[in-house]
Amino acid sequence: MKNLKLYLPVIGFAVLAVFMWRGLYLDSRTLPSVLLDRPLPEFELRALETGDQLVSLEDLPDEPFILNIWGSYCLPCLQENPIFMAAREQGIIPIVGVNYKDTDDAAREWLDDNGNPFTLSIVDDTGRYGIDLGVYGAPETFIVDSQGVIRYKHIGVIDYQAWDDEIMPVIAAVQAEARS
Amino acid sequence: MIPELGNFSLILAFGLSILLGVIPMIGAARDNLLWMRLARPLTAGIFVFLSISLLILGYSFVTDDFSVAFVANHSNSALPIQYKMTAVWGGHEGSFLFWTWMLSGWMLAVTVFSKAMPDNFVARVLAIMGLICVGYTLFMLATSNPFDRVLPLPPADGADLNAALQDFAFIIHPPSLYMGYVGFSVVFAFAIAALISGRLDAAWARWCRPWANAAWAILTLGLSLGSWWAYYELGWGGWWAWDPVENPPLITWLLGAALIHSLAATEKRGVFKSWTVLLAIMAFASSLLGTFITRSGLLTSVHAFATDPTRGVYILGFLGLIIGGSLVLYAIRAPALKSEFGFGSWSREVFLLANNMILVVASAAILLGTLYPMVYQAISGGDLISVGPPYFNTIFVPLMGILVVLMAIGPISRWKKTSATYLRQQLTRVAIAAVVLGVAIPVVLTLEVPIAAIGTAVLALWVTFAMASDLWTKSGNKSTRLAGLKSLSLSYWGMQLAHFGFIMTMAGACLTSIYSIERSVLLQAGQSAELGNYTFVFNGTEPYQGPNFIADEASISVIRDEEFLFNLYAQKRLYTASGTPATHMGIDGRFFRDLFVSLGDPRAGGAWSMTLYVKPFVRWIWTGTIFIALGGILAVTDKRYRRYKVRRGEAVSVDSKQKTGDQTSAVSGGELTS
Repeated sequence: MKNLKLYLPVIGFAVLAVFMWRGLYLDSRTLPSVLLDRPLPEFELRALETGDQLVSLEDLPDEPFILNIWGSYCLPCLQENPIFMAAREQGIIPIVGVNYKDTDDAAREWLDDNGNPFTLSIVDDTGRYGIDLGVYGAPETFIVDSQGVIRYKHIGVIDYQAWDDEIMPVIAAVQAEARS
Repeated sequence: MIPELGNFSLILAFGLSILLGVIPMIGAARDNLLWMRLARPLTAGIFVFLSISLLILGYSFVTDDFSVAFVANHSNSALPIQYKMTAVWGGHEGSFLFWTWMLSGWMLAVTVFSKAMPDNFVARVLAIMGLICVGYTLFMLATSNPFDRVLPLPPADGADLNAALQDFAFIIHPPSLYMGYVGFSVVFAFAIAALISGRLDAAWARWCRPWANAAWAILTLGLSLGSWWAYYELGWGGWWAWDPVENPPLITWLLGAALIHSLAATEKRGVFKSWTVLLAIMAFASSLLGTFITRSGLLTSVHAFATDPTRGVYILGFLGLIIGGSLVLYAIRAPALKSEFGFGSWSREVFLLANNMILVVASAAILLGTLYPMVYQAISGGDLISVGPPYFNTIFVPLMGILVVLMAIGPISRWKKTSATYLRQQLTRVAIAAVVLGVAIPVVLTLEVPIAAIGTAVLALWVTFAMASDLWTKSGNKSTRLAGLKSLSLSYWGMQLAHFGFIMTMAGACLTSIYSIERSVLLQAGQSAELGNYTFVFNGTEPYQGPNFIADEASISVIRDEEFLFNLYAQKRLYTASGTPATHMGIDGRFFRDLFVSLGDPRAGGAWSMTLYVKPFVRWIWTGTIFIALGGILAVTDKRYRRYKVRRGEAVSVDSKQKTGDQTSAVSGGELTS
């Protein structure tokens, strides 16, 4: 039986293969967000509409809302805009925009051209708040519940499919929670 | 119509691969010469039809045929022509076709360079490669066909090639990487053929060595180009990130390096036979594993093109069949492969074994680190974690340190037994010189005592001096030194060159890690920033119009000691079709240092954020790899490997005295490749 050790390579490979097979069905793209189920970080930033008036956590909606990181330079944001516009018109959920690493003029012009889905636009031109939020880049979308706790994070563009399959169920859940 | 011809051609190649995998294999088992000799024409047929497929895909790109889904997803009418052609390997489906075509190219090379090998051996080798080809072509036809159409309403224009891939290095990085990767399938086929036939002798090892060397040398270039590309295109100032997709080629490279060393011992001394076969299997397995990791979306990475579980399941099944099957075959047949000779404790065999152990341990550690996040997630069901560079550096750097220490001794040692006195006599001076100069040079140049730099210098000089001393000794037995140097074999020179290149790469990697400095600044036009001995003056930006992108181009003047040196130009690009932003670095590369500017974002008031880097010795990393690859190629060209005729008595079991006799005459020629 001393030749048994010659089977070690194939056994080792088999173990590896089982793990890889399991690995295929794991979602490796959902990066963990340490902020999930934590309150939204504090901030004191300008509002885009008024220019120099500072807003903070208290100015955010009391009901569940979407926090969307965007910029006028961000082309995928153009793709998201009609979805958010529809959500605003239908009164599905308030959306707060964080204008990320952008200039005020470009941002205002972009909103004039494409429509403004945001109930409030916060200016984060230095990207400082983005660091607190753990933002990789625009667009990114957070769902915040009525307690001000981050419940969901979506990295990258939200298309209609992502809106229907991922975002809407979470919105429904947090709104149901808020009502009860 | 034309793309359908490409598809049809692919199906023909698939059919021929099945024939190649079956007929010559049965022929070899039944000793039917006709069936065995079908292997060569079948191989040629596969190569021809895959070439037609590849050319047609290329044609679809060049003619902007956006009804082909793959073209629509990876090209654009405004894409420059050289990128249209290379976009063939810019995505999952096309790169698979390209990969398979490479495989058929290697198979064709085997038919050309195997004239003097026995028929049954060639038949088995080609049949095994044919089976691999079956797997790849079936994979394409079943799950990722590059000729799939978007009909009846094709898009008006394509989505464009990934912006980061629109670069010169991308034209050559994937071909060389794939070619090296796929090249290990030849050695794998040799190993399996040897296991099936039970014939594994010095002649087998001699046939193997040029193939292993060639694949490994090309893989070296592929890896190096990838690292160079990451360095100047991605703009983070690094050249290696231990990314889950960077690691598999490195694992293959390390196993390949172990393989070419153990092949030397198998050829020369008939030792490590079953180990060599196992290494050949593992090297190829790691290349398949690399495919699996890249193509299945198993690990998150910039390289991962496609994420589709069915594809992953298919590749894993294929992997299980090929790797699992060959490892079972190995377990059954390996007992027949007994080593013929013993060796003493200070012999070259021992040093080669140590080399092999280090390289295999290093690859295992990298594999563990690469797959650990996935294994962890599978067991705990928890979050995805990432294993960062600290893990890899902590393990890899000391292992390479030990490897480098032994690298000086191995080539000097003798087969079978080296006298300790001889080693001491050869190495004492080398050690003293390396330590003295290794301490003196960094201290004198930098006026401080950087421990890490001293360690690097001592190790690098230790190997370099040992190599020089070995050259001196081995060239001394001829009338003149020049005649002595000329009498050394090409494979010996190849080894020296590759070792030198390795030292240069390692020294470059260590020194650049120690001495690099960087600084992120926010500058307005006219403002300047200091870094190291240099002053960087920002002259402002100008709009720049590229073929398929628009950009802001920043001009930065570099000044040292109040003397203007040159301007660096860095761009912030926006690729118009896909809307992807990309940065284009401004780099001034010199032998001893690189200056590097990466342009960030515009800020209020016309200021730009940018990062400045001074990176000494970074170019040594890639220069060294060129020497490594050249060394490998030089060893391939050694005529000794063309001598396919088996010397009398050698095939079965060589009389040990005769073998030793051969050795003494070959000592001056050197025999260890790389």
